[in-house]
Amino acid sequence: MIATPQSAHFVEPLPLASGATLRAYDLAYETYGTLNADKSNAILICHALNASHHVAGVYDHEPENIGWWDNMIGPGKPVDTDRFFVIGVNNLGSCFGSTGPMSIDPDSGKAYGANFPMVTVEDWVDSQLRLIEKLGIRNLAAAMGGSLGGMQAMCWAYRYPSRVGAALVIAAAPNLSAQNIAFNEVARQAIMTDPAFHGGAYFENDVKPKDGLTVARMIGHITYISDDQMEEKFGRHLREGLKFSFAPEFQIESYLRYQGEKFSEYYDANTYLRVTKALDYFDPALAFGGDLARALAPATAKFLVISFTTDWRFSPARSREIVKALLHEKKQVTYAEINAPHGHDAFLLDDPQYHGVVRAFLSRVTP
Amino acid sequence: MITRKDFEAISNWVEPGTSVLDLGCGDGSLLVNLHETRNIIGYGIENDDAGLLQCVANGVNVIQSNLESGLKEIGDGAFDYVILSQTLQAMKRTEAVIDEMLRVGREAIVTFPNFGYWKHRWQIFNGRMPVSDNLPYQWYDTPNVHMCTVADFDAFCARKKLRVLSRLVMNHDREQPVLPNLLGTLALYRLAK
Repeated sequence: MIATPQSAHFVEPLPLASGATLRAYDLAYETYGTLNADKSNAILICHALNASHHVAGVYDHEPENIGWWDNMIGPGKPVDTDRFFVIGVNNLGSCFGSTGPMSIDPDSGKAYGANFPMVTVEDWVDSQLRLIEKLGIRNLAAAMGGSLGGMQAMCWAYRYPSRVGAALVIAAAPNLSAQNIAFNEVARQAIMTDPAFHGGAYFENDVKPKDGLTVARMIGHITYISDDQMEEKFGRHLREGLKFSFAPEFQIESYLRYQGEKFSEYYDANTYLRVTKALDYFDPALAFGGDLARALAPATAKFLVISFTTDWRFSPARSREIVKALLHEKKQVTYAEINAPHGHDAFLLDDPQYHGVVRAFLSRVTP
Repeated sequence: MITRKDFEAISNWVEPGTSVLDLGCGDGSLLVNLHETRNIIGYGIENDDAGLLQCVANGVNVIQSNLESGLKEIGDGAFDYVILSQTLQAMKRTEAVIDEMLRVGREAIVTFPNFGYWKHRWQIFNGRMPVSDNLPYQWYDTPNVHMCTVADFDAFCARKKLRVLSRLVMNHDREQPVLPNLLGTLALYRLAK
């Protein structure tokens, strides 16, 4: 499947949760499959921390550049593009084409950099609504995402109940735990204390806080994998025997450094800071005195909530909180707890039961 | 779909438009039946991957959970009916499960194979563990750990001071009003606190 990145420009200002306003902005997106005559077969895919609108397929001139959820989405796949019109969108504040800290601020004529406003899950969903309207779609058949993407799918269901028929909330949580926020804060401190960060104005200084971003990614990466999986993959294996030095000796050290450095090449530090903040802020129950059931009460979508047994970042217990709130409100909900060894990253992998449940659930979603 | 006489009996006990929780719901066919005949809002609890997948394919709301660890996701009195269909005998913590059913449900509907059925008694008399249509397992591969007779369950309800709102004992597809504990294969109870 060949994908073509597109961009939509919005001139109507977008009010943000922080009180700031984005005067005008672009959203990068891709679509797969065909929108039906009723425009009722659209599924929006929301992305997690570091992903993009390139959800499935490959680019014409980049056959190696496979979409991040290609095992899930495509012709005949669990999210079947022969039936559904699937939309991948890059979130505001990101660095893959949608307006973000690397974009030019129309007020100053320079990159936003540190001046780019904080964005929240609600802000993203508001901007996504404008995108689907621009595509001529009034109602989504489904909103779907994993991790932070799952939070956006959930947000769609309570913020725009009449606009979404089903919500697939995968490997997500109703909010971040203190430990989740703590990991995010360590990652942010790694970036902000990098001498090349310059308070976020690093582009003006022709540098990038790559070391900080590398460490941030290393920390994040640890939380995406289960303890068992890490043990199985790396154990205490050494690269070339002990050298009594601080060069990477254990394989896990070189793996994390490699992942971190690779990430720091293509990801923007100001974006990383904002996206982790959006995660920290997400808490639909906050406005209801901590009562998640009341927060989800307006939702009318059918929910599919999925967790993975070894995910310790957003554990099954966190997904069960969502299920409990939905059951309290007698919402249509199905909950699957997938027995997978991989930890949080399992939501990106191809597991027969996981993909089977998504396929079966969507088979009941009639465009 | 296949009409099962025990489903029909359960369906007769369920008021239309109510909420139902089916514990160990398998492929969800009882909930599909109750939805069609009684227009209920139904949810199933199923721990088995294959059963869960069939429920989803059948359009049944299903929560993957182990019954033995309780119904932590469900608040007190959340459902009109909580059903445990032919699963009681496989529960390790039988009494706790019944308690949970009557915590989250206004009424509990419990069905189980009657161990007191004469063919079972006859097999034991001949020195063997019973194997029958309703108890198809050999002693070494059975999931059943807590078998009981109709008389045992009556005594259990009396000891726990549970109200038996309805009781129906069946011999295969027919009601068995005479000598139910001897001639009945399946017992169905509707209980309340």
